[in-house]
Amino acid sequence: MSASNGNGNGNGNRNGSQTGAIRIGFYVCHCGHNIGAVVDCAAVAHYVGTLPGVVLSRDYKYMCSDPGQELIQSDIREHRLNRVVVASCSPLLHEHTFRTAVERGGLNPFYFQMVNIREHNSWVHNDRELATVKAKAQARAAVERVRYHDSLRTTRVPIQPDVLVVGGGISGIHAALTLGNAGKKVFLVEREPSIGGHMAQFDKTFPTLDCAACILTPKMSAVRAHENITLWTYSEVAKVEGYVGNYTVTIRRRPRYVIEDLCVGCLECVGKCIYKEAKFPDDFNVGLSRRKPIYIPFPQAVPQVVLIDPERCLQVKTGKCKKTCLEACADRKAIDFSQQEELVQIKVGTIILATGFKLFDAKRIPQYGYGLYPNVVTSLELERLVTSSGPTSGEIILRDGSKPRTAGFILCVGSRDTRTNRWCSRTCCMHSMKLAQLFKEHTQADVTIFYMDIRAPGKGCEEFYDKSLREGIRFVRGRVAEVTDWALAPEEEGKLVIRVEDTLAGFVRRIPVDMIVLAVGMEPQADSQAMRRLFNLSCSTEGWFLEKHPKLAPVSTFTDGIFIAGCCQGPKDIPDSIAQAGAAAAECLALIDRGYIEQEPNTAHIHEENCSGCKSCLPLCPYTAISFDETVGRARINEALCKGCGTCVASCPSGAIGQHLFEDEQIFKEIEGILA
Amino acid sequence: MKYSYFPGCSLKGLGRAYEESLLPVMKHLGVELRELQDWNCCGATAYMSVDEEEACVLAARNLARAENHECLDLLTPCSACYLVLNKTQRNFREFPSVRASVERALATAKLPYQNRVKVRHPLDVLFHDVGIEAIRQKVVRPLRGLKVAPYYGCQLVRPYSTFDEAWNPVTMDRILEALGVEVLPYPLKTKCCGGSLTGTVPQVGLRLSYILLKEAVRRGADVIATICPLCQFNLDAYHSQIEKMWGPARIATVYFTQLMGLAFGLDPRTLGLRRNFVPMKPLPEAAAPSRAEKPNPATAGQTL
Repeated sequence: MSASNGNGNGNGNRNGSQTGAIRIGFYVCHCGHNIGAVVDCAAVAHYVGTLPGVVLSRDYKYMCSDPGQELIQSDIREHRLNRVVVASCSPLLHEHTFRTAVERGGLNPFYFQMVNIREHNSWVHNDRELATVKAKAQARAAVERVRYHDSLRTTRVPIQPDVLVVGGGISGIHAALTLGNAGKKVFLVEREPSIGGHMAQFDKTFPTLDCAACILTPKMSAVRAHENITLWTYSEVAKVEGYVGNYTVTIRRRPRYVIEDLCVGCLECVGKCIYKEAKFPDDFNVGLSRRKPIYIPFPQAVPQVVLIDPERCLQVKTGKCKKTCLEACADRKAIDFSQQEELVQIKVGTIILATGFKLFDAKRIPQYGYGLYPNVVTSLELERLVTSSGPTSGEIILRDGSKPRTAGFILCVGSRDTRTNRWCSRTCCMHSMKLAQLFKEHTQADVTIFYMDIRAPGKGCEEFYDKSLREGIRFVRGRVAEVTDWALAPEEEGKLVIRVEDTLAGFVRRIPVDMIVLAVGMEPQADSQAMRRLFNLSCSTEGWFLEKHPKLAPVSTFTDGIFIAGCCQGPKDIPDSIAQAGAAAAECLALIDRGYIEQEPNTAHIHEENCSGCKSCLPLCPYTAISFDETVGRARINEALCKGCGTCVASCPSGAIGQHLFEDEQIFKEIEGILA
Repeated sequence: MKYSYFPGCSLKGLGRAYEESLLPVMKHLGVELRELQDWNCCGATAYMSVDEEEACVLAARNLARAENHECLDLLTPCSACYLVLNKTQRNFREFPSVRASVERALATAKLPYQNRVKVRHPLDVLFHDVGIEAIRQKVVRPLRGLKVAPYYGCQLVRPYSTFDEAWNPVTMDRILEALGVEVLPYPLKTKCCGGSLTGTVPQVGLRLSYILLKEAVRRGADVIATICPLCQFNLDAYHSQIEKMWGPARIATVYFTQLMGLAFGLDPRTLGLRRNFVPMKPLPEAAAPSRAEKPNPATAGQTL
């Protein structure tokens, strides 16, 4: 049995009143039908009541309810219980609830053990008899274990109040501003040279048709001007260490070869670049326009600073260029070819991930002809064409420069398809209807939308669908089979032909059009798996970051202190992204404003009489919590630094290191209990 | 390079021109073919649709015989045979009941079978084993100026796209380009030719053939190149009926191996070209021989 080790905070001391006989109270929860339908709870209670040391054993419908908790408290007092075991759901859900109840009954909360007979039993079994046998074994293990529990105390660690927000799309921007406005210091890290994300590429937003730039750019400028926000664009997170309240994050800042603080965005250098013509595809306009090696991503970019593409710039690539850009910049001296990649370390208490999505690559569905027929475009390409600041100044034109007179929108490209992505991307129906309305407005073309189901559940969205119908946009229900250019009838000559089974009319149709717009769905970012490992998150099978609970903790993750917002968690529209970003910011504030993190008393401790002073544990500790006391020749563990990883416990050749909550006798008794 | 060779019934009958061109072309490229001894009908689509399990037994007998050959790669030029043999192998692998039936039946014939044979199509062998460059080297009479619509038919890449893309196969395009021909973009590459419906429900079957022919004509093709005996027959044999129903769409359909033979300078009279109902037009004036034909820019962007 673990003895007191004099570590200073009282952990490991046996409670004074516990010197007498062990008196265990056992409770088994029906959880309505969740457990009760599979496990015979009354039989379990009756069986556990016969085990030595158990003075009381009950089954109850809902242990987590107020009366259930009250039952534990009054039993502790009336029956002088000194140990409590509850067999119910996962400790993740209610361990804290029951520990608190035990504490309110007057016992140390760690004289409690929880048994999971729901996730580990009733939810995964259906044979009532065998499930009951298993539940009894699980309960027996806990009863054996709890006898050896110690009186422990949680410790409080102060929380670092600064926050890191990863991703500068609309979600990251909103989260950063919310936190900054609340007076917290925020680091906003964005991989691209400007913040703004996908929303910056949009012309108007559904269902209100308000200008995307008009509502986004003020927020982007506010980020730049905010005294509490440090904005690092063209930067990525390289390393994350630590734990909730105390993360150390390394940021990799890529060289833009332009000193951000000196550049005023006058673009003189761009005009004077040795490349007279802009000849490289412009990412912001999805390749529909060209840029130079020195460029600004888009007119409203934040920061309003140029950058140099190292893959294209003659000077960076070869070191042999007249450097006309330097001359243009003159006295400002903002261009600096000696810039190197920089690693910056910051300390934050909480992290919000808002890393967004990527669009489905339409080439993966060759039958839709993207990349083969020039007038098949993606929804984002059309978005750039329709924007007044886009490559055609807002004119929708075919590749030969003429105006389209007919257009077809194909929905669910890559979405709701077992061969590509099974999920619904949620925004494409509305996004396509918005684009269809703008298309009609700009060109007076005949527009047809090919859909499987119109999904318009958002606020004002069904009304927007209705508006689309009233404006004369045609809807054909059916998944398009293929886009082709072979002509059967004279009116098909020179057109793109959409072949589709019209499931409402009940026959196969061929519909010739001038332009085809593919509503490509959303996918997790290409590096989402690397990000998941970096931040120690879980991903759903599809690759979206997994929330802690789909209903009750939608922005939390399984790593405390790390929250998710926006499309990195799953496809969503702008209002939903903003709502999540606000929620994630509020979760950070809740942690920060409490001021401390309560830590489980799962620290390691040295049994000094067994320590041989071999020092083998010292280099193993990742938190440098172990030191060596030369005066007595023994290792010492600083409990404030110990994170309870257990590495030293497992490695000590003398077995001289124990760990609270995981003492040897507790584990052995638990094993004996389950095997008995 | 050595391969076992399973001609199937078509190449000995209706599709004789395919074998007549395939064998000399392969020989010319140094590919040795050994015809399977005592092969039998593959069952084609007909038997598969009556009793899939028994059809697999029938086809598996050929595969079992092939296992006795020195070379386990079985060259299978007919698309129907190619599909049926592939399907048999898959069913044998995935469905224990099929496996049991096949093993039981073959055991009575003392033919042990281990599913080790690799069924190979000539396009696969020419593209991946022989290589485009080796083919280009053999071209003595480049077919420059000849516009060809490449037609693969449905069975080669569906449902099993074993060596080429299901929606846009390109191996034949690449081979034809090496011969110097102009390969036209032909989006109907893998569309149905009508199959057996040309005989049973001509209104439906022949219309499908007509669409293929008409589009090839519309795109200015001189000839359609195909790889499947049934496709070749459907596109070649029904012109008078098609003309009566929908109007003329006259164009010759030949095997790609016949074009290879012409480009290799083999005697045209030995390539089975005279068997066509709609004869191929005389080749454009012979251009100066060149061994470095550039790929056609119209299709050069497509990669395998």
